[in-house]
Amino acid sequence: MANPVLEVRDLTVALPAGADRVNAVEKVSFTVNPGEIVCLVGESGSGKSVIAFTVMGLLAKALKPSSGEILLQGENVLAASEARLRELRCTRMSMIFQEPMTALNPVMTCGDQIDEVLRTHTKLDPAARKAKIIGILKRVQLPEPERIYASFPHQLSGGQRQRIMIAMALVLDPVLLIADEPTTALDVTTQAEILKLIAELQGSQGTGVLFITHDFGVVAEIAHRVAVLRWGELVEMGQTEQILSRPQQGYTRMLISSVPSIHPAHRGVRLDKATVLRTEKLGKTYAGKSFFQKARVVKAAVDVDLDIRRGETLGIVGESGSGKSTVARCIARLIDPTEGRVFLGDTEIATMSAGKLRPHRRRVQIVFQDPYRSMNPRITIGDSIIEGPMNFGLPRNEALARARKLMETVRLDPNSLDRYPHQFSGGQRQRICIARALAMEPELLIADEAVSALDVSVQKQVLELLDEIRQRLNLAVLFITHDLRVAAQICDYVAVMSKGRVVEYGSAEQVFGAPKDEYTKALFAAAPGRNWEFGKFATA
Amino acid sequence: MSATIPEEIVDSAAIASASTRRRSLWALALRNPSVIFGGVILLVMVAIAVLAPVLGTVDPTRIDPASRNKKPGTELTLRLEDGKTMKRVALMGTDSLGRDVYSRVLYGTRVSLIVGVSVAILAVSLGLVIGLVSGYIRWLDGFIMRIMDGLMAIPGILLAIALVSIWRSGLSTVIFAIAVPDTPRVVRLVRSIVLSVREEPYVEGAISVGTPTWLVMFRHILPNTIAPLIVQATFTAAAAILAEAYLSFLGIGIPPETPSWGNIMAEGRTLFRVFPHNILYPGIFIALTVLAINIMGDGLRDTLDPKMSKKV
Repeated sequence: MANPVLEVRDLTVALPAGADRVNAVEKVSFTVNPGEIVCLVGESGSGKSVIAFTVMGLLAKALKPSSGEILLQGENVLAASEARLRELRCTRMSMIFQEPMTALNPVMTCGDQIDEVLRTHTKLDPAARKAKIIGILKRVQLPEPERIYASFPHQLSGGQRQRIMIAMALVLDPVLLIADEPTTALDVTTQAEILKLIAELQGSQGTGVLFITHDFGVVAEIAHRVAVLRWGELVEMGQTEQILSRPQQGYTRMLISSVPSIHPAHRGVRLDKATVLRTEKLGKTYAGKSFFQKARVVKAAVDVDLDIRRGETLGIVGESGSGKSTVARCIARLIDPTEGRVFLGDTEIATMSAGKLRPHRRRVQIVFQDPYRSMNPRITIGDSIIEGPMNFGLPRNEALARARKLMETVRLDPNSLDRYPHQFSGGQRQRICIARALAMEPELLIADEAVSALDVSVQKQVLELLDEIRQRLNLAVLFITHDLRVAAQICDYVAVMSKGRVVEYGSAEQVFGAPKDEYTKALFAAAPGRNWEFGKFATA
Repeated sequence: MSATIPEEIVDSAAIASASTRRRSLWALALRNPSVIFGGVILLVMVAIAVLAPVLGTVDPTRIDPASRNKKPGTELTLRLEDGKTMKRVALMGTDSLGRDVYSRVLYGTRVSLIVGVSVAILAVSLGLVIGLVSGYIRWLDGFIMRIMDGLMAIPGILLAIALVSIWRSGLSTVIFAIAVPDTPRVVRLVRSIVLSVREEPYVEGAISVGTPTWLVMFRHILPNTIAPLIVQATFTAAAAILAEAYLSFLGIGIPPETPSWGNIMAEGRTLFRVFPHNILYPGIFIALTVLAINIMGDGLRDTLDPKMSKKV
């Protein structure tokens, strides 16, 4: 085989004193060959991004590579001067980032931003540069390259912006492309297109790609070889097929088997239980009132009919902007629906006044996506949990006793009620949020992307906890997610939303097994690694 | 529910280490050199204000026609009420009525600090209440903010002059007149914080557990405004000390016999070319105090509000 484009040897990057461990990356060695996609996989804090930034020479000042070397086509990047690094960037190695909106300069046109790369690194005249830019825009399959050239980033969609980033990264044909979670911020259908594009481009140019991701679906889709990281150490490295089906290390096994299966696991038999929630033609229209301009009308949700019975989980899946969170927030009356009705049992709450609504608030509780923002950082978790019950007149002592029991229910130490949220990890905080919701003894629990911010292994635990609580307390659960795998594992019924409407609604088996709607089909076809059954290891 | 604590409990060791990381903000602020520098100067000023009677001063309002317009360092003979005479050196000279500038400047520190602190407290409290209401109760927002915009459209000092001329002049009038134009700035600050914090999931969480509106505002939203308000208060105090000096200098602030830095300067204005000390010494005190407050405010902002920090 040809010489590797990137060779990382015994790389150690030290963390500043007082961090939770000594080294961000410890004695990591791997290679990336020409035309090869190597995936660095790991949970948050595993050091995968630190490696990428070290290779690019973009490491934050507080972090210092303390030993090892990084050879880019035989040249040690760690020893290179700042000027040499600038020369190398874009010409020999390039990087694309997670969030294409913030990685592009909002006040420059996309064409100018790519042009900047060419002006810095080449001596081409303006006409030749423009031709080259139009050429690369075509190669990343952007429609109407001339128009895109003159567009500002905010005029493009997320997927188009990521294509601009890729075009910028590849315009000078670097030998190494580093992709740091390039599709994490994108919708699943866009993600599939971008993954396909990266694979095509690097295949035709022979570019080596170091692809950083936390998503095993993406790994199965794109990687030739996989390196699994944990706490800055390389756990295991090998061919994709080998790692996914015959992992040698326990950690890798645990990680892969935490990935939810895309095949629905649930019973899906509708038991004749009491209906907890029913919506009738629920709708939410945002009308931007403006004195000088024509009002902008956005229909965030249109004619949404749903029902959930006791002990059932209804999932709403959809891409960003599909209106799934709007529906959840209308049901929790965090926003007021503009049309339709919401029945909690027999009570209609959609049009109820705030004062009358207050006693009914108890019946619907919501768990939010971001575990770091869903609890007041200034009050103890105990006070957070008992706030609701005390609002409804429960004496403090009784509320605290209830909180202690709930902490056990969510498998946390009841003695830690006097701690503050920052003393807990993301997964623990999400459990506390669940405890806070349960303290109200609700009939309906809404989980709005409640596991999306969590690492897969933690996500698995929280999902299991939610399901256990649902069964034990006979709760109705409304589960909002963009992740089809998660939906498949936890939902009895699934509503697929697109552009504010429910396009498909049925039991999980039915929707996942035989989708009828075109949009649903496209959504499932785009799910990364859908053909891979994670966690079914070959007997070694 | 089983009584046994399940296997997967919180790692207490991790908790212990995490809790030490969050130091009290005040402890952090006290490690900032700007805060210490500004704070020390301010403490000296406060000491001067409190200890003015025992720092070798005489009655600052005492007029002595025999020793008018003396340069700093002149030795004066004072005739006391019981008929005795005593000699003392006028460190900062005397003004055109023969009043001792040193005593007036030291006593003037009281007025200036009282004005600074009172205006800051008044403007911040008014602004906090109005800002909370405006930011949280959306239908009142437009109405309140247009009034605030209107207030801000008038130059602060002009508005203060207008307000002073409506009521009789005096310390409380001056404080109120300076606080009113400063309030809209605080309102805008508080409102902007409320607008972002009210979208936080923990606020929505509190609403969905049925917490009454006033409790949501006080328990979950108000504490977020404290740190920026402390910073804002320091700048308001510094500006207020200057504003009081302007008003007194223009002769519409504190009654002229009361020693305040602005009054001393106003009195010395006419003879400035010959006897600059009448303006120089109070000027130095104003500059020093305002500088100290501003430096301390910058330091507090850097520690309390890291997003605003100039350092990366």
